[in-house]
Amino acid sequence: MSTAALYNDQGAAEAAVEAGQETTPTSSSSGAAFGLFSTDFKKNEDLKEMLESNKESLKLEAMKRIVQLISKGKNASELFPAIVKNVASKNIELKKLVYVYLVRYAEEQQDLALLSISTFQRALKDPNQFIRASALRVLSSIRVPIIVPIMMLAIKEAAADLSPYVRKTSAHAIQKLHSLDPDQKEQLIEVIEKLLKDKSTLVAGSVVMAFEEVCPDRIDLIHKNYRKLCNLLVDVEEWGQVVIINMLTRYARTQFLNPNINESLLEEGSGGEKMFYGSDEDEDEDEKEKKAEAAAIAKRKPYVMDPDHRLLLRNTKPLLQSRNAAVVMAVAQLYFHLAPKAEVGVIAKALVRLLRSHSEVQFVVLQNVATMTIKRRGMFEPYLKSFYIRSTDPTQIKVLKLEVLTNLANETNISTILREFQTYIKSMDKDFVAATIQAIGRCATNIGEVRDTCLNGLVQLLSNRDELVVAESVVVIKKLLQMQPEKHSDIIKHMAKLTDNIQVPMARASILWLIGEYCEHVPRIAPDVLRKMAKSFTNEEDIVKLQIINLAAKLYLTNSKQTKLLTQYVLNLAKYDQNYDIRDRARFVRQLIVPTEKSGALSKYAKKLFLALKPAPVLESPFKDRDHFQLGSLSHLLNAKAGGYQELPEWPEAAPDPSVRNVEVFTLLERVTTLTSVPEWTKCSSREKRKEKKVEKPFYSDSEGESGPTESADSESDSASTTDSASASVSEESESGLESESEEESETEEEEEDKKEKKNQKKEPKKPVQESESEQSSEEEDRKPEKRSKKLKSDSESDSVEDEGSESESSPSESEDFESEAVVTKKKKAAESKPPSKSVRKEEKKEKKEMSLLDLDDFEPTPSPQVTPVNTLLSNSLATDLEGLSLSDSILSPATIIPSGALKNYELLHRITGEGLSVEYCFSRQPFSPDANMVAVQLQFTNNSTSDTKNLHMEDVRLQSGMRVKEFPEIELLPAGEMTSAVMGIDFCDSTQAANFQLCSHTKKFFVSIQPPVGELMRPVFLTENEFKKEQGQLMGMNEITEKLTLDVKCRNEHAIVQRVTTAANLSRVPCGSDKECSPPVPPPDYPVHRFAGRTVTSSSLVLVTVATREEGAAQLMVNCEKMVIGTMLVKDILLALTQ
Amino acid sequence: MIHSLFLINHSGDIFLEKHWKSVISRSVCDYFFEAKEKAEDPENVPPVLQTPHHYLISIYRGKLFFLSVVQTEVPPLFVIEFLHRVADTFQEYFGECSESVIKDNVVIVYELLEEMLDNGFPLATESNVLKEMIRPPTILRSVVNTLTGGSNVGDTLPTGQLSIIPWRRAGVKYTNNEAYFDVIEEIDAIVDKSGTTVFAEIQGVIEACVRLSGMPDLTLSFMNPRLLDDMSFHPCVRFKRWEAERVLSFIPPDGNFRLMSYHVSSQNLVAIPVYVKQNISFLETGSCGRLEITIGPKQTMGKMVEALMATIHMPKSVLSVSLTASQGSYTYDITTKILIWDIGRLNPQKLPNLRGSLSMQTGVPKPEENPSINIDLKIQQLAISGLKVSRLDMYGEKYKPFKGVKYLTKAGKFQVRT
Repeated sequence: MSTAALYNDQGAAEAAVEAGQETTPTSSSSGAAFGLFSTDFKKNEDLKEMLESNKESLKLEAMKRIVQLISKGKNASELFPAIVKNVASKNIELKKLVYVYLVRYAEEQQDLALLSISTFQRALKDPNQFIRASALRVLSSIRVPIIVPIMMLAIKEAAADLSPYVRKTSAHAIQKLHSLDPDQKEQLIEVIEKLLKDKSTLVAGSVVMAFEEVCPDRIDLIHKNYRKLCNLLVDVEEWGQVVIINMLTRYARTQFLNPNINESLLEEGSGGEKMFYGSDEDEDEDEKEKKAEAAAIAKRKPYVMDPDHRLLLRNTKPLLQSRNAAVVMAVAQLYFHLAPKAEVGVIAKALVRLLRSHSEVQFVVLQNVATMTIKRRGMFEPYLKSFYIRSTDPTQIKVLKLEVLTNLANETNISTILREFQTYIKSMDKDFVAATIQAIGRCATNIGEVRDTCLNGLVQLLSNRDELVVAESVVVIKKLLQMQPEKHSDIIKHMAKLTDNIQVPMARASILWLIGEYCEHVPRIAPDVLRKMAKSFTNEEDIVKLQIINLAAKLYLTNSKQTKLLTQYVLNLAKYDQNYDIRDRARFVRQLIVPTEKSGALSKYAKKLFLALKPAPVLESPFKDRDHFQLGSLSHLLNAKAGGYQELPEWPEAAPDPSVRNVEVFTLLERVTTLTSVPEWTKCSSREKRKEKKVEKPFYSDSEGESGPTESADSESDSASTTDSASASVSEESESGLESESEEESETEEEEEDKKEKKNQKKEPKKPVQESESEQSSEEEDRKPEKRSKKLKSDSESDSVEDEGSESESSPSESEDFESEAVVTKKKKAAESKPPSKSVRKEEKKEKKEMSLLDLDDFEPTPSPQVTPVNTLLSNSLATDLEGLSLSDSILSPATIIPSGALKNYELLHRITGEGLSVEYCFSRQPFSPDANMVAVQLQFTNNSTSDTKNLHMEDVRLQSGMRVKEFPEIELLPAGEMTSAVMGIDFCDSTQAANFQLCSHTKKFFVSIQPPVGELMRPVFLTENEFKKEQGQLMGMNEITEKLTLDVKCRNEHAIVQRVTTAANLSRVPCGSDKECSPPVPPPDYPVHRFAGRTVTSSSLVLVTVATREEGAAQLMVNCEKMVIGTMLVKDILLALTQ
Repeated sequence: MIHSLFLINHSGDIFLEKHWKSVISRSVCDYFFEAKEKAEDPENVPPVLQTPHHYLISIYRGKLFFLSVVQTEVPPLFVIEFLHRVADTFQEYFGECSESVIKDNVVIVYELLEEMLDNGFPLATESNVLKEMIRPPTILRSVVNTLTGGSNVGDTLPTGQLSIIPWRRAGVKYTNNEAYFDVIEEIDAIVDKSGTTVFAEIQGVIEACVRLSGMPDLTLSFMNPRLLDDMSFHPCVRFKRWEAERVLSFIPPDGNFRLMSYHVSSQNLVAIPVYVKQNISFLETGSCGRLEITIGPKQTMGKMVEALMATIHMPKSVLSVSLTASQGSYTYDITTKILIWDIGRLNPQKLPNLRGSLSMQTGVPKPEENPSINIDLKIQQLAISGLKVSRLDMYGEKYKPFKGVKYLTKAGKFQVRT
């Protein structure tokens, strides 16, 4: 270690000592004794050699020694070139130590540090998330400005990483980059905005930290994430909790109303606290006026707490039980700043608990408690005794506890507190005793009843043996006496006697001031005191001298006969004093009081100047008004604004629009849909108008468990003004305005739509659902929709697809009104994100009423896979329409989106092998309700034999690992010639492995197997075009498979393509703006692109299919899927479907 | 947030420094040394100091100062709590938190600090997670490492870091599955001269030592949970369940941890196990004083009071003492003026007594205050509040664990004023 000592900036002597002390295996003990230089270089050479050797263990040893050097603060920078080579080492410990070194020295050796960058860039792509994360950590920690763009890129990429740990690291990197190059702020804010949406608890704390550091004023970024943050809070790690709570405190101060508006008024009225901190009268009145105003406002608008405000309070409360003192403090300050007065009390217990913790924690907590006790004394009163002082407490804790006790004192508990104080006064810790005396003084000023008792007690202290105690008592008594001097001339006399003994300057000065000020009460003693003082004047301290001059001047004015000479003597002494202040004062006083020819004007007023009535001092807590700093903050503790402190805003006069916190439902369903991404919206002005309105609508997602909606006056009036008919429903429940609007909408567009509808119906032949792939359907099916459309007409307020809603009411993302429109118009519409209304019940009723519209015979309102034969009579194209429109995840959306006619039957058991029993199966494409990860398989049993078959059930299921099967319920009896069906579920684990099992009847067993076509291993999901493209962008490279093909002749129109693809695979259509079938005003593009989306059933990996048509039936098929095997197989299947 | 960390020993030497952002010169510590000088007692050094460009936040643990440097606004408790967590981690890794042990393991310390903070913001503080990334040093492991060239550093991300239960590492396996819980209660009390209790409360903790394989889900219930006044939990405890049913339901971390701490404050519930009769007087004339102390049992619930000890911080003017103890032994440290009487077991038949004279400095006025007596004691197999664990159940795993609960009462800040 002697080597490094040399480079050290510390003194050489110290270095030598250190070198002597430390004996490392390699340093020769003579190193320090002989020439330092030679050994130094040797030693570094030594380390370099070790680093350049081939042995990992030697390198590691060298790095360990280097880290030791760094830890001692010694310079090891010249080893940089040798070390940086090892950055790509395989040995993870060695690598980490190199990282430590790099981070420490890269700033000094920027050029060399660049050598390591490529290694990190490579590591950023590593499949191991741990390595990705640590690469990003180091890359962002080396403070080399040149690599800012690389860092920016890495952060952006990492922010979209699949691993939440890597995303967390990227949040940390944001702060690092920001401090390195503040110009990147705008870009970084974008990343923050993105990360704020993250749902991982791991990320939440870190990104809020980044937010606080980079853009704490961008409160608008929080709106949409507010509820999520509140709900996640309990599960976030401790440190993140602190940061989030502090930020939310500030947020809440800007967004909600003061919950104590009314209460603070009452408080003022009773004058509770004012009395004790007796502020000026006028100020009091001023405030009262203000309060009165506030009260007037309050009366007009009774305060109702915003549910979001309540949510925050409710979700933070359990954290008071955290083991982490910082979390408890954070919650405590949140409650102190935000909670209604009645609820703040809960924090007291938790804070008192912290007083058992380490003394540093006590110190901080007591500081905050001291501030709180001034505003809300009642809160801590029950815990008075917890603040009693032990002789073993450190002095700084004692003083703070004393402060709290003083703040807590009131008429009822003052006697116990004073008794406690009496024991403190005897303490050996004199600083503490002095503080106690001051505390007694404050109690005496604040509580009139005990003033005399306190004064007497303090006077007794004047005979204390300890001078410090006496001196402090004098100072406090002086302040107390000023309040009512007339009564206490004997005390003043007593104190005058003390001048002989007390040597503490402050105390002497205080006594002299008192005597001077109240010389009329002690007319005999005062001149005598002056005489004594004049005698000792030259030996006094400066402050005492000043007070002697003061006393002399006052006596001269009141009693010049006796004191004229004394005064002149004192002034003469002062004139030649060493201290210029005293000389100045003497000159000044002389000019004022001694009338000469020149002066005169002022001397008349001398008495007024010197003996004016002085207001009694106010003994205030040093913690008064500290609560304008956010409690628990560094600034509060220091009582000064620390760098980077964010002011705690005042409550707003009127609450800002609460609807900004509303979240579209898709973010809850892990998807983001922006209303604006729907292109058609912009085409029709009336719709545009509606869109605007909708944005303002408040909505409350069920998943958040929010108790009630925020009443927003704006939206209420808005919706009320839309139509008269709507107003009725509005009055019932403000949010239900959604429906009413849609009704209106359908009314206005009704005619037009009807026409279109007819047109469309002619254009598109409808297909029956049940008959697969047959085109013969047309006639019958054509009629049915027509019938329905008539019904629609007859009831103008038709919301036919609200049936869909009722059917799938479990899905929160159904967008009823828009779907209705879609049904009516038969248009392909991009989905709009429509918040689910809370009043599902209500709608349900309504739907029931209107159910007749679609009251088709075989319509099952609540389909379950068990009972649903492939049912819908919706036309094929309608079904595909709906597919696109259904906003729900397919788990939630049941039967409505079955691609009609697409169900292909497969044979499970031939009737010959089955000896009369034949079984067919098909993939019903319904969600399998007992387990969402399973594919529903519908089995159709036909008994072709002459005898009954009994007890049909499954046995001996043999599966590949990971696969699971949910057996169909046993069929007890299948009479001869009858048919029956049953549904079973199979989790294929996203593979096309067959599920083998035995089908048993009461007599026989048959080995059968079910092998799924790849297209059945997925379920449709709804994506908008933009989302689709976004997702597609993330599934490039290996995950993308492209094939060129020539479309089958029959399959060149839009409809056929869609139909064939959806038959081949259980996917849903992605609506797109450039769609041919889209509203007529837009000329259809010549070669449309069709997109389909789905997710694999087990792993929920996205499957994206794009069919881009070209001229002459040429087309390109593209499949993007994370699971490459599935992708490849799917390409084959679809290719086959489109070309044949 | 936290910019740099300096470890400073009792005599004021900086023996370790670590920077998470750019390097801050150690001269910043001079402000701290100044304050330390002024405070005399290390306990009285203000934990938060302001310097022209930085803020210094420090804690004092095990005769060491952990001094952190911050540059901007940060909740001070955040830093303090974190520094204590660092000290706890060292304690857990090396068995103690002292200068020599930190110097010996400086590389591991550095690796730990690197993992615990990223850019000054805590990254991994759960010991279960840290232990997976950086294995604590053991003799066996260091032997194996030298032979095989293995390292102490794990190369995968600890599972805990990602899961929703970050405190537990995955893949725990034990041959003996056992779960022990120690209910430890401390009595904090102030008893005044006449023997009346001014203030008393019980601070309890439940320390757990859980060595169970797999992912056990434990439920601990009490006979009398209503006793508990206020509590704080390890993050593993499901708070909702406690609120609703008053049972502790949790998936425990592996190893030792503090499950909960609680507080019983209603005065009438707090039994004071011993009484102290004392008479300490300093004579006005002549330079001597008298001291007599007798300690007897009060409310011990039939249990034996052990490890009884009385500590008195004498006034400065007491030069020496000459006392006789009927039981145990006493020592008087002339420099610190601390008299310690180590009594041992309290015999109710023959009460321990300490009496004799104190010799005082001449010419100095007699002390104003009589020194207070601090009592230490232990009572095995008793939780003085009466708290009882009724049962411990395990779900989620099939084996039968060995379970045990131990009770212990200690004197906390138990002070008798004289």
